[in-house]
Amino acid sequence: MTANDSLLTYCLRLGDDALILGHRLSEWTSRAPFLEEDIALTNVALDFIGRARLFYQYAAELQGGDATEDTFAYTRDVRDFTNLLICELPRGDFAFTIARQFLYDSYVLLFMEQLKASKDTRLAAIGAKAEKESTYHVRRGREWMLRLGGGTEESHAKLQRAVDDLWGYTDEIFEVDTVTAGLIADGVAVDPTLLREEWLATVSRVMAEADLSQPSPGWSVEGGRRGIHTDDLGFLLAELQFMQRAYPGLQW
Amino acid sequence: MSDQSKLYEVFVRSRRGLDHKHVGSLHADDPEQALEYARDVYTRRGEGVSLWVVAAGDITASQESDCDSFYDPLDDKPYRHAAMYDLPEGIDSL
Repeated sequence: MTANDSLLTYCLRLGDDALILGHRLSEWTSRAPFLEEDIALTNVALDFIGRARLFYQYAAELQGGDATEDTFAYTRDVRDFTNLLICELPRGDFAFTIARQFLYDSYVLLFMEQLKASKDTRLAAIGAKAEKESTYHVRRGREWMLRLGGGTEESHAKLQRAVDDLWGYTDEIFEVDTVTAGLIADGVAVDPTLLREEWLATVSRVMAEADLSQPSPGWSVEGGRRGIHTDDLGFLLAELQFMQRAYPGLQW
Repeated sequence: MSDQSKLYEVFVRSRRGLDHKHVGSLHADDPEQALEYARDVYTRRGEGVSLWVVAAGDITASQESDCDSFYDPLDDKPYRHAAMYDLPEGIDSL
């Protein structure tokens, strides 16, 4: 794999994470528990979709030819998507959405802080923009964790169940394969293994504050980076890609 | 949002040097949450550089019935207005 191919692969992974999670969040639009939260969740969804566009636009330049950001979002099939599995899980109940955001955003914030220092100036610029957004996402997420964890018996139980169900998907976040390893060596990619300790310290602290017990599921799954996904991603893409599949090349 | 959620009034300062202006209201459980929702609901299009949220219950408001005694006596005192002055060039707000 050439350096250009590796960088393209890396951009698509980051773009896929952002697009798929952004789509999951967008599913709350008009369905959130109340109006203010509906708007807040939609804002976060748009942050992620905007982030996906930046990664895909860069990927399109790297690929060359006729590729555009839409090529990657709308014309690839399930096996071509390389997002983390945690991003594609169905939105579940509100506690699940909050728990996923908190676990994932806490990581993404650390990740973007490092991506800012990438030797690749395009990635560094995306990192700088995303860091500001993620700072707010983590703030929001932490408050909701405390609110639900310290709320009613029901909200606490739902949040605990959500964290338990999600924990086995967090190992995958910190995996490094040959593509990432090469880019890390070049100073282009972020080494996620270096972020794990701080991530764990942050989420453990907040879980303790929220009176949650830290899960020890004894299982973990991976595969997203290799295109091995849950059934749910296919249904998500069917909705996301419907228009371009039914009317290829359709323009606004 | 719990049953204890309260109404908050939201004020946005659109840029430095200007006043905070009332832009609307929202429901939240506490002032911190109100501030975050104010950010999400009222500053999505880059409207502001500063936000205030105030519990609506903490505002003491004049009543419609106060109008006669509050404002009418001022109608015949034009010398209190600076309406005769032309604004110097370059000054937008005074």
